[in-house]
Amino acid sequence: MTPRQRLWLFAAGLAGLIACYLWAFTGLPGFGHYPGPYGPAILKHVIAQTNATGVVSAVNFEYRGFDTVGEEFILFTAAAGMSVVLRRLRGEREGQGSPADDAASRPVPATSSAIRVVTLLLVGPTAIIGWWLATHAQANPSGGFQGGVILATALFLVYLSGEFIVFRRLSPVALLDAAEAVGAGGFAAVGVTAVALSLPYLYNYLPLGTIPGAVSSSGTIALVSFLVGIEVAAAFVLIIGELLGQTLLRGGGRGGRQGGGRGGRQRVRSG
Amino acid sequence: MTVFPFLVVAWIVAVGLYGLITSRDLIHQVVCLIVVQSSTYVLLLGVGYVAGGVAPYFFDISPHARAVDPVVQALALTDVVVEAAVTALLLSFAIQAHKKFGTLDPHELAEFKG
Repeated sequence: MTPRQRLWLFAAGLAGLIACYLWAFTGLPGFGHYPGPYGPAILKHVIAQTNATGVVSAVNFEYRGFDTVGEEFILFTAAAGMSVVLRRLRGEREGQGSPADDAASRPVPATSSAIRVVTLLLVGPTAIIGWWLATHAQANPSGGFQGGVILATALFLVYLSGEFIVFRRLSPVALLDAAEAVGAGGFAAVGVTAVALSLPYLYNYLPLGTIPGAVSSSGTIALVSFLVGIEVAAAFVLIIGELLGQTLLRGGGRGGRQGGGRGGRQRVRSG
Repeated sequence: MTVFPFLVVAWIVAVGLYGLITSRDLIHQVVCLIVVQSSTYVLLLGVGYVAGGVAPYFFDISPHARAVDPVVQALALTDVVVEAAVTALLLSFAIQAHKKFGTLDPHELAEFKG
């Protein structure tokens, strides 16, 4: 199929899609007139039931907690899947590029000192904001997912400051794997503990505290959100570290950098 | 204009799909897919909006204030996480495709057949 034919086919399909879409939304309630019973019911009872003032977190980690377990494991699986897809191909090695690439005297543009200073200054505040977000799901528009991403960002700032080696040393894969396992497994374990106490899975069995929205309030919501934060931070550092590590690989397939010929293909033949 | 947010959703889907169809670069295609997916945020938040409602956070306001639907907001959060996971996986496929075949053009890649 030529690109032109493909575009025509797409135009026809899109016209059909838009027609169906417009027809569908004539049946929707108008913007601003949400009729659903579910949301208003939660809004009415959420504080009495959970002592959490962050209702979105309460929905995520309590009312739809079972969904969020699945969501967390999607991220877990994606990080694992990336490690598998980006595994070292036959003949790929780190740091064995062309002699010009590896020469110690190679003219590398230095990271500007402005970037180094600003990024390193931001590492601490970013980590604190991430930690704060991961531990305040019950109060504010925060939670483990947001906090975890920002915690991971603190480490990427180290990388941005021109210190890939330090980034690697600060994020050893064994530690990240353990953190991921603790985060993901901890969430599931909180749910299973409820079952062991003869309660429904993920039932909020911890004390809810007395002040709505306080750090000590909302029972398992705050705990689960924190565990999610650990998992998300570890998963993101793993994913980005995996992508950054690709730039160090040499040899391998046809598209690899110089030296592809002496890499995988010949080995396959001789083996 | 009570239909405007839904028209915006349709527009985002359409431009994202157009990009997916015409793209000549796998990375660009992944970005187009993100554009298509971002339409679902607008749709979810548009569906759950309550006229005059505040965000469903009652830390410093009365718990009886009229608020927008929290369920669709939680769904949007799920959506973002899944998008991040999908994007990461697709990008790693793109890296491997480039390593194996030396190109990111989907038309050229189609000629390699495995």
